[in-house]
Amino acid sequence: MFYREAGDFKTSYGADNQTFPISQDRYAYWALMAVAVAVVPFLINDYWASAVLVPFLIYAIASIGLNLLTGYCGQVSLGTGGFMAVGAFASYKLMTAFPGMSIVLIILISGLITAAVGILFGLPSLRIKGFYLAVATLAAQFFLVWLFNKQAWFYNYSASGQINAPERTVFGVAVTGPAAEAWAKYLFCLFFVVLLAWMARNLTRGRSGRSWMAIRDMDIAAEIIGVNPLKTKLSAFAISSFYVGVAGALFFTVYLGAVEVGEAFSITQSFLVLFMIIIGGLGSILGSFLGAAFLVLMPVLLKNVMVGGFGWATDIAAHFEFMIVGGLIVAFLILEPHGLAQLWRLTKDKLRLWPFPH
Amino acid sequence: MSPDFLYTIEVIINGLMTGVMYALVALGFVLIFKSSGIFNYAQGVMALFAAMTLVGFQTGQIPFSHLINAIFGTSLHHFGWHIPAVVAILMTLLVMIAFAWLVERYVLSHLVNQEPIILFMATIGLAYFMEGFGDLMWGAEIKKLDVGIPSGGSFWIEDVTATWAAEGSNFYGWYIDKLDITAAIVAIVLVVTLTLFSQYTATGRALRAVADDHQAALSVGISLRAIWVIVWSIAGFVALVAGIMWGAKSGVQFSLSLIALKALPVLMLGGFTSIPGAIVGGLIIGVGEKLFEYAIGPMIGGATENWFAYVLALVFLVFRPQGLFGEKIIERV
Repeated sequence: MFYREAGDFKTSYGADNQTFPISQDRYAYWALMAVAVAVVPFLINDYWASAVLVPFLIYAIASIGLNLLTGYCGQVSLGTGGFMAVGAFASYKLMTAFPGMSIVLIILISGLITAAVGILFGLPSLRIKGFYLAVATLAAQFFLVWLFNKQAWFYNYSASGQINAPERTVFGVAVTGPAAEAWAKYLFCLFFVVLLAWMARNLTRGRSGRSWMAIRDMDIAAEIIGVNPLKTKLSAFAISSFYVGVAGALFFTVYLGAVEVGEAFSITQSFLVLFMIIIGGLGSILGSFLGAAFLVLMPVLLKNVMVGGFGWATDIAAHFEFMIVGGLIVAFLILEPHGLAQLWRLTKDKLRLWPFPH
Repeated sequence: MSPDFLYTIEVIINGLMTGVMYALVALGFVLIFKSSGIFNYAQGVMALFAAMTLVGFQTGQIPFSHLINAIFGTSLHHFGWHIPAVVAILMTLLVMIAFAWLVERYVLSHLVNQEPIILFMATIGLAYFMEGFGDLMWGAEIKKLDVGIPSGGSFWIEDVTATWAAEGSNFYGWYIDKLDITAAIVAIVLVVTLTLFSQYTATGRALRAVADDHQAALSVGISLRAIWVIVWSIAGFVALVAGIMWGAKSGVQFSLSLIALKALPVLMLGGFTSIPGAIVGGLIIGVGEKLFEYAIGPMIGGATENWFAYVLALVFLVFRPQGLFGEKIIERV
């Protein structure tokens, strides 16, 4: 009754095919954007930025990236952590080699470098598929982490093997380094999220998105109807890695500031992003956001309840977190394979009729 | 003989021993994959869980004592008894069978007919769940596992081989761990037993029937669900053996679950469906990574064991996608 499409007429193909065909969705989207841009920066403090919002935005980018590859093109990848590391180290090398370069440009170029690496590790996907490929992408994960850990050139021969992000500014406001303020970090990440999500949404409804989905649904049949598997799979790997690389660059420069590769980009990171898209919804941009939000918020919530509320030790909370995440993965795969995004869709369908039964 | 040559042989022998340990884990994967087409990522965590449970029983640890203490403010830790290793192993085996039954009942039976990749992801979820559950039950600290397996270098081998090199060449004989030798023997016994079991028992025949064709097996009256419970129980048993060996070698701790990650390239190399493949793949990877680390590692920064197996398997798969002993993959629209 309150959520409806009645009276919402479309008079052109463009209007019929827009991202939010129901006007209420559109208003809600613009309202959300307005709040995110014009209200949140004034309310945000360091705790919210570093515990919730900035990691959420960065993981959302990584999830969208992996979702393009796994959800849309059907190529499961467990190398996300390694590709994030490529983004992080590329941005570090660029920042230290070209101190004058704009940070926005640095992060985009880091994405491009990661895309190139992604193509390289995507090449075997032409021969192997399914979980053989999933296991093969682990090669990328372990090799890349080893490379950044052992080859001193990548961390500029620093004694600790850590990399530290120097301060960089956008329009005179620091966004990286210790002096950066919470709102600046938040807005900087938000800019990339909005840009990349918009790009992903449009990619998936265009020609490339349709060929990805054709390959995902049945690769041989897709090949017969004229989808070039080489181009399609490699483009999926390239674009997905671009997103993951940008996420990794932001993760290092804006969020953590100092990174030790074995710790920050381990295989746990790969699984975390994979879990985000399973729980959020495979093959859905909204799902990437929902999954990222869920898995970023849940540990914070558990910690507040168990450690803050009940006064338990942190390790018990961590064990519960493992159990809950694992249980949720299994539960979602059994009960709702399309994830939180599908639950949201069902809710909207119900709301269209509510409060009337038919 | 020149010391360099002897060192190389030593590296190869140690690689073979490590390979056997990998193969031990890989076996559990192959069993489940063959009979149900499920790639069980949780195999490593099962080994960890089995080892934890074994230590818990042996030392009389109270399950969930951390949690109970946190909730009720008590300070429980141990029952105060010590169970002999054999009894504890049998008790752990019962737990693993119960686990197999629970997995079949609450996870697998709901996921029949799903795509393999969905099942794979479900087992990743299962692995996370078990990991948290095991830690909650027995505590996450490193535990010592002692079931009476000899360990430490073998002096006999050292003494014999030391005489092979020329006098004064600083060669003191091969260092070969007794534990590794035991593990190799156990692995051989395990493989022979499993092969005999699947060849000469009715259950074994049923297992092979299910592996060949689910539908046909069902139609001649084989219960798929019973078979799955049996297979997961056997995999639990293999996990227990692997857990004992690895646990005795490096202590029962989180990193034990990561041996699953070492077993994956072994499988890719050997083929997912072949027991001999798991053994041969394990040996190739074990020898390959030790030799690579010995010969090339120092030049490029060392610790190459982390990725060598994967890159080797990846390169190999590009040329032979089904692995060494795998069945040819045929696809139709």
